[in-house]
Amino acid sequence: MAVKSNLTNMVLVLGTTCLVCSALLGGAYALTKDPIDKAAAEKTNRAIAQVLPAFSETAYKSVSVGDKTYNYYEATEGASVVGYAIESTTVGFGGNLTLMVGVTPDGVVCNTSVLSQSETPGLGAKCNTDEKFMAQWKGFDPSSKILSVKKDGGDVDAITASTITSRAYTEAVKNALEAFKTINNGGQSNE
Amino acid sequence: MSNKLKLIGDGLVKNNPTFVLLLGMCPTLATTTSAINGLSMGLATLFVLVLSNMAISAIAPVVPDKVHIPVYIVVIATFVTLLQFLMQAYTPAMYETLGLFIPLIVVNCIVLGRAEAFANKHGVLESACDGLGVGLGFTCSLTVLGLVREILGSGSAFGFNFIGGNDGMLAFVMAPGAFLCLGYLMVLFNKFVKKN
Repeated sequence: MAVKSNLTNMVLVLGTTCLVCSALLGGAYALTKDPIDKAAAEKTNRAIAQVLPAFSETAYKSVSVGDKTYNYYEATEGASVVGYAIESTTVGFGGNLTLMVGVTPDGVVCNTSVLSQSETPGLGAKCNTDEKFMAQWKGFDPSSKILSVKKDGGDVDAITASTITSRAYTEAVKNALEAFKTINNGGQSNE
Repeated sequence: MSNKLKLIGDGLVKNNPTFVLLLGMCPTLATTTSAINGLSMGLATLFVLVLSNMAISAIAPVVPDKVHIPVYIVVIATFVTLLQFLMQAYTPAMYETLGLFIPLIVVNCIVLGRAEAFANKHGVLESACDGLGVGLGFTCSLTVLGLVREILGSGSAFGFNFIGGNDGMLAFVMAPGAFLCLGYLMVLFNKFVKKN
């Protein structure tokens, strides 16, 4: 703390510090960019594999329903489409809730997976871990079951004490199914 | 050598940032919903603390008095961003869990506090030891707090569920439980550990 401040040394020291630090970060960014992208891609692929039956290739596309745009992955095995993994975002209790919803070509939900959530730990955050809640989405057929939580007269078992999160989750699945209908009718899908 | 060991010991007990100095309460209360989360938050802070303490003690002699806070903050922010890149790349799941609290390490008063109170008056090696001690103190406190809250709140320890099912006392996972646990742990720490 011995150095007395004057304009020259203040500008010099602060300037040099910022320069060195930004150079360091630039380098670190370049080095970690690939692993970060890889980790993100791996996560997406894992989510797709979890929500769809076995497939060999995926194609990334998007579709517009009303004023919303959904990104989805069309999974194919040989020449036939085995399903669509649709990304669907709704507002939960603590912020955005983003799901990956797998839909098979017959319009049945194959499975769902949480991509990101900011729900209350121990309550809504259980939408990611609660086995009973998650299992009910496997093979959920919207033509024979009502897609809303039991409290609202539907067939979805809500997570205990987390009705708002469960509603958001259900809403996200519903939106994904809407997107699926548009995809299936050859709606305006853009590469 | 013994001097350096003493510095580490001080950080763990006499200057324990959580139970004695009551610094860094925001991440302490918010991230300790489980032992693993507390441990990771502690280690993340430890990483920044050791590196920033070393860097700051090295440059302190040439930093003019009037700009020392901005210079320190730039240095700390650099290490935090570095940590963010590394976590995103190699521990993405942990990065998502801790989320906002990683960038917030920049304004964690422990880090700037150690820079101001210790690193700018001492050598690089001593500052590293001080950072290590205080960082370990923070890590241990957060892990213990997380463990207690996890046992009471979710009936599990380090993710290993021992009661079967999800029937913990929810209040302990949420904010009120954080305050309660912290208060009682602080009492116990000051009665039994700090005295000796």
